[in-house]
Amino acid sequence: MEVETKPVRWKQLIHDDQVHGSLYTDEAIFREELEKIWYRTWVYVGHESEIPRPNDYILKTIGLEEVIMVRDRRGVVNLLHNRCPHRGNRVCVSQQGNARSFTCAYHGWNFSNDGELKGYPYPSGYLEDKRGELGLGRVARMQSYKGFVFGSLAASGPTLEEHLGAARETIDHLVRNSPEGEIELTAGFLQHKVRSNWKFLVENETDGYHPQVVHASIFEVAQSGIGDLYNENSSAVVRYFGNGHSELDLRPEFRNIDRPMRWFGTDEERVPDYTARMKAAYGDQMAREIMIDGVRHVMIFPNLFIAEIQLFVLQPLAVDETVQHVTALQFKGAPDLNKRMRSQTMGSVGPAGFLLADDAEMYERTQRGVQQRNPEWLYLGRGKHREQVGQDGVITGNVTDDTASRGMWQHYRSLMEAA
Amino acid sequence: MTADEMLELCEVTQFIYREARLQDDHAYADWESLWADDGVYWVPANGEDIDPDAQMSIIYDNRSRIALRVGQLRTGKRHTQLPRSRLRRVASNIELIDRQADTLRVRANAMIFESNSRGETVWATRNEYTLRRVDGVLRMVRKKVVLANNDSALYSLSFLI
Repeated sequence: MEVETKPVRWKQLIHDDQVHGSLYTDEAIFREELEKIWYRTWVYVGHESEIPRPNDYILKTIGLEEVIMVRDRRGVVNLLHNRCPHRGNRVCVSQQGNARSFTCAYHGWNFSNDGELKGYPYPSGYLEDKRGELGLGRVARMQSYKGFVFGSLAASGPTLEEHLGAARETIDHLVRNSPEGEIELTAGFLQHKVRSNWKFLVENETDGYHPQVVHASIFEVAQSGIGDLYNENSSAVVRYFGNGHSELDLRPEFRNIDRPMRWFGTDEERVPDYTARMKAAYGDQMAREIMIDGVRHVMIFPNLFIAEIQLFVLQPLAVDETVQHVTALQFKGAPDLNKRMRSQTMGSVGPAGFLLADDAEMYERTQRGVQQRNPEWLYLGRGKHREQVGQDGVITGNVTDDTASRGMWQHYRSLMEAA
Repeated sequence: MTADEMLELCEVTQFIYREARLQDDHAYADWESLWADDGVYWVPANGEDIDPDAQMSIIYDNRSRIALRVGQLRTGKRHTQLPRSRLRRVASNIELIDRQADTLRVRANAMIFESNSRGETVWATRNEYTLRRVDGVLRMVRKKVVLANNDSALYSLSFLI
């Protein structure tokens, strides 16, 4: 209670190179984050390919809010709050499906899939017609970029383009890996729950310091060369784009190696169909460049993480509980590569993943650690002396440096300081 | 049920108990030796009848990936198993579903209690085995583990289920 009545002094909790442990453990701070971050800024909701046909719907979340992402009969994507305006019942209870309308199971109110109230039993019980007045709540703003659907519960604020800022081109870069210029999410999601604050996950996604330590076991038995890219002498970099977004950019290493598909640990010859389609779509030279660069490793604040072959969505449940939803990226028009991406994804991530189960262990240990009293702070000073600020404000550091975390916290502070 | 069938069911039951014990005891190499060369270890997500070649599964290991999984556990650096989960499981409801030449299909249920640094977790599964007699002993050709809550968000599942 004391924290609620006393204004939190963000400046005192967030310094340039250290943050206070209570930022991960204080329930009042978590509730304030919901209001100032999750219910105010742009949050990734889902991908249009998850609801390909008219009347397809799927349940998603924005913070703790459950939303129905639904394509109406005209093909327009809507984001609706899953709450009946009559008595507050959950209107949609199936995780996904196809429906022209939703009928509340409590008193039979019926809503079209664009949220409009179409009818209700015994209308003479109301003096006026309630249709047009009461409907399903709509997420205040919804915008889609290259199939990625974002929602904001705030009616005004920066546009999605402003929010994505310098990170937007990473999505352009991603979709080029499909010979048809589109990605699809068609393989369903794994849901991996961790007893940890959501920001530990955000920070870890573009932490290039940990892989050689945390993932030593799988790098050792799989004899994977990927771990070697995360060392201080690597030409890979960490980049902070602003607005909380960041990436680990391994392209300098892959360009050095100069072999298409090395980013995926394979060769052109192993994916002949994909290679042929890419060359047909982009021409030999550009296809080669795309297939050398591969997909980048990007964290779009606060909840979308594109990890080369996977897409993660972070969902906070409580101050110390978070779910990672993860699926394989699928490139439209690339069935042979897609099969490999699904297989590698299943090995790497999810509750039993060779990589993610160890990341999850660190999330949970850090959560327990920051509940201890001494020291009170977390130190984020790595590489502060050697990072470079570009003319566009983008900050670049050594791949093992804390550049992304420092940037994220400054953005976080600006969001939390806002009235 | 004939006497031969009863003997066979008894042998299958003993096999399942042994597998459960090796898993509980983290006897990784002994557990791996229960697999046939073409073994497939499958833990589906989001239902029980998904197509594992098209949809995400929690585990979908071919034989070489089973070896990788065991190999990772044996490095001593698999942090999520440091310290190891303390496990105790009960396997029951064992039914012989089908027999074709040297191949048996078996179903069982399992309740697994896990205690680790996060806390205590109970896992409930239906297990479907395809077993093959190789040189006189049973080997796992396929083990499918259907978690009762596989459509929900799950904590890390890093022991052998």
